[in-house]
Amino acid sequence: MEFFTIFWEYRSYFFTGLQYTLLLAALGVLFGFILGLIITLLRMAPWGILRFIGHAWVEFLRGTPMLVQLFIIHYGFANAFDLNFSPIQSGAITLSINSSAYLAEIFRAGIQGVDRGQGEAARSLGMTRGMSMRFIIIPQAIKSVLPAIGNEFVTIIKESSIVSFIGITELMFQSGAVVGITYNGMTPYLIVAVMYFILTFTLSRILGLFERKLKASDHR
Amino acid sequence: MITVKNLHKKFGQLHILKGIDLEISQGEVVVVIGPSGSGKSTFLRCLNRLEEPTEGEITFEGKSITARGHNINQTREKMGMVFQQFNLFPHKSVIDNITLAPIRVKKMEKARAVSLAVELLRTVGLEDKLNAYPSQLSGGQKQRIAIARALAMEPHVMLFDEPTSALDPEMVGEVLDVMKKLADKGMTMVIVTHEMGFAREVGDRIIFMDQGQIVEQGTPQEVFGAPKHQRTQDFLSKVL
Repeated sequence: MEFFTIFWEYRSYFFTGLQYTLLLAALGVLFGFILGLIITLLRMAPWGILRFIGHAWVEFLRGTPMLVQLFIIHYGFANAFDLNFSPIQSGAITLSINSSAYLAEIFRAGIQGVDRGQGEAARSLGMTRGMSMRFIIIPQAIKSVLPAIGNEFVTIIKESSIVSFIGITELMFQSGAVVGITYNGMTPYLIVAVMYFILTFTLSRILGLFERKLKASDHR
Repeated sequence: MITVKNLHKKFGQLHILKGIDLEISQGEVVVVIGPSGSGKSTFLRCLNRLEEPTEGEITFEGKSITARGHNINQTREKMGMVFQQFNLFPHKSVIDNITLAPIRVKKMEKARAVSLAVELLRTVGLEDKLNAYPSQLSGGQKQRIAIARALAMEPHVMLFDEPTSALDPEMVGEVLDVMKKLADKGMTMVIVTHEMGFAREVGDRIIFMDQGQIVEQGTPQEVFGAPKHQRTQDFLSKVL
């Protein structure tokens, strides 16, 4: 009962939290996806220096805690370079670059999984490397790694809770606020756990549907 | 039309092609035969630089395509290629497979590319498969579509890399028929194949390769009827 009364009483807190969580996750997914694709292309570039940058980017972001990355961007940049990001900006940047590293690895696996003959056929028709990537390789690669991309999206939603550390009023932060008001140290956390779960479960269902639809177009 | 001079290809320590010299004229059908590992596919793939030659020069229509700074994409537009494994684009329908390169590479108008594709599908006998996906087709049908796709670029020469080797026996004929029609129309063709009957019937010239070199060449009557070299005789006695 307490679960529902606390939820109802402090619903404005929870819904504010939900808005920010969704906003951050959406930004993280969108920019992480675009950036991840760019990093993947860097890693396969003909010039060694670009490949090195792509490689270093992935290794550094996967090898350090996201909380540290968040603090560097939010506090470190402000101190060292006078770059003052708002908490939302810092949160979105951190989630984007962090997920871009994981997505770049997923894309790379997908691209390497596409049969060599596909690129050769495209090139034999006079397509440039870029055209072959855009029309032939990447569409097939993304299709084959869609489940892994879905997992990464789910991860972004969950990891967005870390940005509560810099005071963004997303779900995690708001649950703490409600705990502080009600002196109830369990129920508000349970409430946001359920809310996170509904988000991630819905997302993975939608992605599952999407995947089946793509498979149908395969006629296999 | 194509001139190959002293072509070498090495993969690390492996010396696959050891100095190939060859001239191919307009309208000629050249069939390359030889045991597996003799370098015949590698040779064919060097002609449009899917494999980079280690040494030597290839000229096509008077221009060196191995020269530094040569735009190989423009050359490939004029050199169609058909692969052993078909390599149709599985995420695209038959019509999109055929029209993609004409529209994107040659900047052909879509309506024109589609009517050209329909015409080509008719010549390969598959006009009813316009909207099918590659996974719905048999091997023989896939290879005929792959030929139509290459022809849609209106190439000046067609390269065939063992086009029937991945097919079930009953589908070999339909693909060879399409190739024969193409040869009869005067297309310049370079064909790597194990189909000796087809080579004899359609080839203007037979090239026998072994261990990275051209051992013997001549008309089908010369090579099949009276092979001069011991290695050619050994090979033909095994496959005929």
